[in-house]
Amino acid sequence: MPATSDNTTSARWQQVARALLRALALAGLALVLLVLLLTLTGQRTGDALRALVNGAGGSWYAMTSVTLVRAIPLALAGLSVSLAFRAGILNIGVEGQLLAGAAAATFAALAAPTLGAAAVPLILMVGALAGAFWAGIAALLRRKFGVLEVISTIMLNYVALHTVGYLVRGPLQEPTRVYPQSFTIDARAQLPVLIPGTRLHWGLVIALVLAFALWWWLRDRAAGFRLRAVGLNARAAFSAGRIDVDRTTMGAFLVSGAIAGVAGATELTGVTYSLYENFSPGYGYTAIAVALLARLHPLSVLVTALLFGALEAGASAMQRDAGVPSVLVQVVEALLILLVLSNEWWQTRHRRLGEAGT
Amino acid sequence: MIDALLEATIRWATPFALAALGECVSERAGVINIGLEGSIIAGALGATVAAGLFGPTAGFAVGAVSGLAVALCFALFAVVMRADQIITGTAITMFALGLTGTLYRVIYGASGVSLTTPTTAAVAIPGLSAIPFVGRALFAQPPITYVLYGLIGLVAWWLARTQSGLALRAVGERPEAAAAAGISPVRVQFAAVLFAGAMAGLAGGTLVLAQAGTFVEQMSAGRGFIAIAIVVLGRWRPLGVAAASLLFGAAYTVQNLFQSLGLSEVPYNLFLAVPYVLTLVVLAAARGAASAPASLGRRQIESH
Amino acid sequence: MIDRHAKGPLPAAAEPSALSLNGISRHFGQVSALSNVSLRVNRGTVHAVLGENGAGKTTLMRVAFGLVKPNAGSIEVRGRTVRLSSPADALQSGIGMVHQHFTLVPAMTVAENVALGGRGLYSAQQWADKVRAIGDRTGLVLDPTARVADLPVSAQQRCEIVKALARDVDVLILDEPTAVLAPDEAQDLLRWMRSYANDGHALVLITHKLRDAIATATDITVLRLGKSVFSGAAGTTNEDELAAAMLGTGLAQPQPASNSHTTGPAPGGKRPAGGADAREPVLSARGVSVRDALGVARLSNVTLNVYPGEIVGVAAVEGAGQRELLRLVSGRLQPTTGQVTLPAHVGFVPEDRQNDALMLDAPLVENIALRGAGARTGRMPWSDFQHATSEIISQYAVKAAGAKVDARTLSGGNQQKLIVGRELANQPPALIVENPTRGLDFRATQAVHTAVRAARDAGTAVVLYSSDLDEVLSLADRVVVMHSGQLVEVPGDRIAIGRAMLGS
Repeated sequence: MPATSDNTTSARWQQVARALLRALALAGLALVLLVLLLTLTGQRTGDALRALVNGAGGSWYAMTSVTLVRAIPLALAGLSVSLAFRAGILNIGVEGQLLAGAAAATFAALAAPTLGAAAVPLILMVGALAGAFWAGIAALLRRKFGVLEVISTIMLNYVALHTVGYLVRGPLQEPTRVYPQSFTIDARAQLPVLIPGTRLHWGLVIALVLAFALWWWLRDRAAGFRLRAVGLNARAAFSAGRIDVDRTTMGAFLVSGAIAGVAGATELTGVTYSLYENFSPGYGYTAIAVALLARLHPLSVLVTALLFGALEAGASAMQRDAGVPSVLVQVVEALLILLVLSNEWWQTRHRRLGEAGT
Repeated sequence: MIDALLEATIRWATPFALAALGECVSERAGVINIGLEGSIIAGALGATVAAGLFGPTAGFAVGAVSGLAVALCFALFAVVMRADQIITGTAITMFALGLTGTLYRVIYGASGVSLTTPTTAAVAIPGLSAIPFVGRALFAQPPITYVLYGLIGLVAWWLARTQSGLALRAVGERPEAAAAAGISPVRVQFAAVLFAGAMAGLAGGTLVLAQAGTFVEQMSAGRGFIAIAIVVLGRWRPLGVAAASLLFGAAYTVQNLFQSLGLSEVPYNLFLAVPYVLTLVVLAAARGAASAPASLGRRQIESH
Repeated sequence: MIDRHAKGPLPAAAEPSALSLNGISRHFGQVSALSNVSLRVNRGTVHAVLGENGAGKTTLMRVAFGLVKPNAGSIEVRGRTVRLSSPADALQSGIGMVHQHFTLVPAMTVAENVALGGRGLYSAQQWADKVRAIGDRTGLVLDPTARVADLPVSAQQRCEIVKALARDVDVLILDEPTAVLAPDEAQDLLRWMRSYANDGHALVLITHKLRDAIATATDITVLRLGKSVFSGAAGTTNEDELAAAMLGTGLAQPQPASNSHTTGPAPGGKRPAGGADAREPVLSARGVSVRDALGVARLSNVTLNVYPGEIVGVAAVEGAGQRELLRLVSGRLQPTTGQVTLPAHVGFVPEDRQNDALMLDAPLVENIALRGAGARTGRMPWSDFQHATSEIISQYAVKAAGAKVDARTLSGGNQQKLIVGRELANQPPALIVENPTRGLDFRATQAVHTAVRAARDAGTAVVLYSSDLDEVLSLADRVVVMHSGQLVEVPGDRIAIGRAMLGS
């Protein structure tokens, strides 16, 4: 997948400008698609749209405590996906890695009272390790047995889902043993709030820092270049660059899993404070759309995650206030991916037609 | 008892075999269709709606058409526009899951009124079903299973004994060779993908009309992806695929068995994970790539 | 000596030609690939189409096979005008094509490959009989049940031809058929073509090899820069005239080039085999064997020493192990047994530049940065790479809009120059090149050859393989031959080397 290339200052500003324009175009397109779908399925379009816009940004609360809060796991998961895709690994398993991170974090939270100030960072690290481990299974299957990571990661998503289902009815279940959800984590295990009076937590900072770190690393470091080279052309990376492709892809896969694990852990410690069955409303899959629409660029991921956060915040409101199934938004997200694919095809069309036949 | 288990195995295996047989044809032509899951769920919803209005046979027909429609979208992007097959497939699956969820709620209301559709009962074939042990298992199944038997034979014969089957195999191995022989790889792949979609649609219909008796969101539960693993295990051959499907049919049979026996020691949720773990084990054991069609998943089919 | 005049060309007006291309023009954007090219191929003749890479032969061939539609001009088969919009049309119109890069399905049998493209049912038995019948009729014998992947290259080519003959073709076009054959095999094929023509068939031989054209053809057409610059009977012309036509008047005295048009050993300037006893080898392989993933032996007990300041040429038929050898001595492949001693950095110019040497969707500067990326730690010094890229672009006259354009925007020749520049930067101790001028036009070919020679002169140890034996002979200081995974140094001439390539 071609990603935008990263050199020199003025080119960078141009890229930023172009990225913002694209984001606006995408947002507009998303709204158009939404209106179309609403009308086609016979919904009350006007009411639905109003609910959507209000739910996404109609109030300070909506913006900080709904949209941004939903954007955080999407940003982290999106970074996870984009890093893997950038290395040529089709990690569709972010959903499962995220759950693994959340589950491990829940376990770790048990130890929170004894950890003092280090509780939260340690819990997040545990989440990262769990996510890396979950991805590692697929990575190992790929390396040792040639198993397509697309299938293995999707299978692992289901395994993670059912494992969580077991955990919240078993070892992690809340004390009264009635509901399929975990105990509430100790206050010392919770991510502090960023802006008082809102639900916006420090996960935002983590997402921002991670995005900038990845951007810098990919552009500036030899290891980052190796990852990009492998994703662009693994054969050339080996032949011309003498790059250890296996090692690079393994590393990328594990780090991708770790970031997804952090996504799960921050969602647990910052928002839900407990693990339960529908912990992830498909963050891992939405993240694929987030990453693709950001053309796998870490900073653009922040923008597209915001867009999708707004869409999903609005979707919940739409369902609640206008009775429109929120799952409609998933259709919009999928259509956006398809439109991006068509756009790429359209762009390269001229190249194909103009190719000399010599 | 054994024959009951065998009968259940084949019953559970039928939708897997249908979807996997279709995917087998698609992959022999060089296209890996991750959007198969989308075709299955679309088929399930289509079958539900049509059966509710016109009965089970119409249900299956509409199910096949719905699956084909989803596959058509996939083919447009992956075959005609040569977009990345994996990404396209993932997007199509998301699209289909979202759309079926939306349509289901719009048509049947968000109240979750449990909806039942007529199911197809088992039909015993006289004579054959009297064979000891396997008679009832093989020949006392819902009609769709007999359709499956016919399709397995048809596809196997077609691949080996017809020029069009030969052409399809060539496209999956080396599209340039097929093009130089006057065959259009794009057309062949397009048709193969549509066939796979129709089969997956039938599989979805089977889930509703021969198993659950109702539609539930996301009821495909990853069967489309498992079907892809089944194709690998079956070494891209129709008979191998059919045999491999039995393995998964057995897994679901065992799962249900333990569930009904109420073994509370082993948690129910972990049992649900068994088919997916099994898929991983199967894929690892089969060591994938060796006998795959040489041009599977290839985006560029350059003309010479 | 090939008998050229057994039946001779039929008088022009006696009957319609088997194939007639009239006034064909084709442009792609601004580039004119063909201008008003005409070709008449009569029954009972071999018509050679001569030209350099980039002259338009490929485009003309693609027009004839329905892969590309001409902007102007018409095509007639046996007097009937035909419109071709696909290879299927061409086949139906009686035009058969034997492609340079085999269009066979390796996993399928000969019978299946020959049968491909038909209608109705497929019967393995029927087609096996047909293959045998064609073998009896034409002398091109094949085992119908053999898997193509298991056949040697010459047999695969036979299969390509049988495939074309299996349909009733009025004219058979062969595109660079001798490119992958050893000299003796090439002679056999040309002889076969001549006798097949003498039986009353029409053949077109597309080639850049002058000698083959003169020895085999009845009529010759020379293309240059998309135009037909010569057209006439083979008996009325000679090598020098044809060479001048192919290369244009400004290059009357060409250097011995790759796609060499002159025969015999390259004139003067060959260095003696580099003082083997006096110096240490830069590259050394001792008793090396390599087995592939399926356990098949690709290299058997190979020993090779390459010294500074020499070009070792590798001569081999496809599949003899040269691919593995080159990757072994460039450090890209590990030996199964035996020992290899290499310097830390060995430059490598692989034959598949798009897949093995370049990241097409990345800017040139990132492609340059690829070299050494595997071992680099710390930051990426982008300004250094920018500088290096600009230097390479100017030194090798790479036509590119700048260092930041994607590699994809460069033509094949410029891509290759960039790669050669990258691999030769900082005077590496060793350089391995594989088919370095494939698909390149004359100028680019010259540039690459000059660079390789300059590296050798500066002390680099070079190992060069080309499927074009003449290119190897014109560049190499000494020649080693690979056959069935074994390596042997062959002193002496083209004939001895050609024999060794076939194992005798």
